[in-house]
Amino acid sequence: MEKATEQAKTPLMRLKGINMVFKKPGALFADKNIHVLKDIDLEIGEKEIVALVGESGCGKTTLGKIITGLYRPTSGEVYFEGERVSGTFDKKISSYNQVQFIQQDSYAALNPVRTIYQSLYAPIKTHNRKWSRARIDERIEELMGLIGLLPSAQFLSKYPHQLSGGQRQRILMARAISLEPKLIVADEPVSMIDVSLRLSLLNLMKELNEKLDMSFVYISHDLSTTRYIAHSGRVAVMYLGEIVEVGKIGDVIASPRHPYTRALLQAVPIPDPDFKGNDELPLKSMQLGSLENRGEGCSFFDRCLYADDACRKKFGPVKTETAEVLCCGLDRVPTAPVFEKIIQTEENS
Amino acid sequence: MQTNRDNIAVFSHVSIDYPLKKYTLRAVTDITFELKRGAITALVGESGSGKTTLASSLIRCISEPGRVAEGEITFYGKDGEERLDLLPDPKMRAFRWSKVSMVFQAAQSALNPVLTVREQFTETLEAHGEKLSKEEREAKFSDLLGYVKLDAERVLASYPHELSGGMKQRVMIAFALLLDPELIILDEPTTALDVITQNYIFTLLKQINREKGISMLLMTHDISVVAKFADYVGVMYGGRLMEYGDVRTVFHRRRHPYTAGLIGATPSIIGDISEMKPIEGSPPDLLHLPKGCIFAPRCPRCSDVCLTEEPPMREYGDGSKGKCYFFGEADDGKGN
Ligand SMILES: Nc1ncnc2c1ncn2[C@@H]1O[C@H](COP(=O)(O)OP(=O)(O)OP(=O)(O)O)[C@@H](O)[C@H]1O
Ligand SMILES: Nc1ncnc2c1ncn2[C@@H]1O[C@H](COP(=O)(O)OP(=O)(O)OP(=O)(O)O)[C@@H](O)[C@H]1O
Ligand code: SF4
Ligand SMILES: [Mg+2]
Ligand SMILES: [Mg+2]
Repeated sequence: MEKATEQAKTPLMRLKGINMVFKKPGALFADKNIHVLKDIDLEIGEKEIVALVGESGCGKTTLGKIITGLYRPTSGEVYFEGERVSGTFDKKISSYNQVQFIQQDSYAALNPVRTIYQSLYAPIKTHNRKWSRARIDERIEELMGLIGLLPSAQFLSKYPHQLSGGQRQRILMARAISLEPKLIVADEPVSMIDVSLRLSLLNLMKELNEKLDMSFVYISHDLSTTRYIAHSGRVAVMYLGEIVEVGKIGDVIASPRHPYTRALLQAVPIPDPDFKGNDELPLKSMQLGSLENRGEGCSFFDRCLYADDACRKKFGPVKTETAEVLCCGLDRVPTAPVFEKIIQTEENS
Repeated sequence: MQTNRDNIAVFSHVSIDYPLKKYTLRAVTDITFELKRGAITALVGESGSGKTTLASSLIRCISEPGRVAEGEITFYGKDGEERLDLLPDPKMRAFRWSKVSMVFQAAQSALNPVLTVREQFTETLEAHGEKLSKEEREAKFSDLLGYVKLDAERVLASYPHELSGGMKQRVMIAFALLLDPELIILDEPTTALDVITQNYIFTLLKQINREKGISMLLMTHDISVVAKFADYVGVMYGGRLMEYGDVRTVFHRRRHPYTAGLIGATPSIIGDISEMKPIEGSPPDLLHLPKGCIFAPRCPRCSDVCLTEEPPMREYGDGSKGKCYFFGEADDGKGN
């Protein structure tokens, strides 16, 4: 019963067959095509947290910008609440501000000559022309409470450089939620933040997700914080512009299936000196593949221990019991868990 | 009983200042600890806690106008004892790279952009008076780059911008090994690299440490990396050494409230994440430090005595020590 209704519901956002190709001027001959995203299908549900993880350069930020409408994909379709928005995408999203992007670099994202108050005031005013100053001030006060920067007067009169990195990230968060978006794409929101402050930012996002029903796309290369924030959500593991495995995060960590996911998980350091892992990663090579002139077959081919000739041909994702995996040789990939023991909490079971 | 046979270097009551126009900033305050010979010692701390400042003091590379204001830094090398804080500049230049080398926080910028890797390696060898034939030199370079799993022929002919971040980092590690030093300082060697490259580089460093017996000092903000790769760890906060001990003791006994807070705020991919707690408040402002313990404003265990004066360093007896009035008090001995 429940399954049926769930399926009938349109996802908040749906990406279908997204490709992104950048042109790089060639030195002598024709321009080079850099195929940064390849055939991406992804759905983001209402109130859902979806994490994008993968090595540097795998296309996380590019995908995040397509989701937010900051980039138009080279090909593919984007649906927001069931409506096709590619083409008119930029307009629809930015005029309703239902999808907000939080940039990785909090310093670059804030205007250095504007006070925090001015940076928060402007977007609210633009989108609520009729609001009085007092009404906007009230909203700003409410936002400052939500992000835990009180008393607000102390922060609002400051300029970005007078705040710490963690405080600036909170201000970006406040600005993103000020327009009550349905979806926030947060690009590495905590990677530059000190450990002692990281957790409170992650908690804030969890709270916004639970209390205000906002969906999140959490972009990160750090699987530990990803597990923390998206414990009941899904994770999409990216490799060279493709989603190679997507599933509930608990399932992916407990029983990773794609050979790349398996190597990635095994490389994650565990904060326990008694943890005995195997440092020898299941990889054939350390060299990342190229985005230029990519063939039909598997992007992971050169590094994969389980590759064979079939992998050079085109193939689509395979559905396993718990995930969708882009690998044509799953019968050769070990099924043993990477971690012997994972402490499940009631939340993430 | 500790003897200096066990130690490769010792910091004794070291304080480091940045004398600026309007005021002097004390970035490192009264730090005493030893680097065990043949071991990997990590210093973990958040941004601004003084890691780079302290590490650079060993080879007198503190960024201007930084100076060691107080204390002694002693190196116990194969050729005998050396007071590094007193070493005259020309002697220090010869010492640097040959006895102690450093992989800098921004490896990118540490490489000269207009020289190929081969030219930089050769230049450093010559500056230190190594008289090798061309063949011997090339063999040495190939050896070192092979050690960090790089294609020597290609990499030696490359300029830094032609290499990826992970490759540059490995070139820097090979560079640090060039003159067979006794101690290597690694300042955030993998920050900004992905976990697979990070794992690879640390596995390699550990192998170098174990096979060649080179001692290492690793500066990092990443608790998980410390757990995985270090033998001993010091925890820095606001320029102070808050705790020091062997890695297992520090992680399992949680004797210092700040260390306990840090570990409790670090999510793990396999551990329990339902009980994680952030450390409330914000990092210390070095120019306006509170009276008493500088962690007091954020400390869950803080009581009246903590607000009076800075707590002394308390030794626990098993080689672990900490700056806290209640250091080890909650240790029930079962944490191990
Ligand atoms: N505007 C652009 N023009 C050309 N190439 C681009 C452009 N933006 C990104 N790329 C390339 O696309 C690839 C993916 O970049 P992207 O920034 O999406 O990666 P990422 O996964 O976010 O990496 P990181 O973890 O380092 O932030 C990279 O090879 C990058 O060089
Ligand atoms: N050249 C300089 N002049 C003045 N102050 C400096 C200088 N270099 C560092 N500082 C200050 O000294 C303190 C310690 O800095 P340091 O770079 O040693 O910290 P760190 O622990 O390495 O931080 P990070 O994790 O960000 O690298 C900081 O408050 C910093 O602002
Ligand atoms: S001395 Fe007091 S305030 Fe400082 S860490 Fe110990 S208990 Fe906390
Ligand atoms: Mg990015
Ligand atoms: Mg530093």
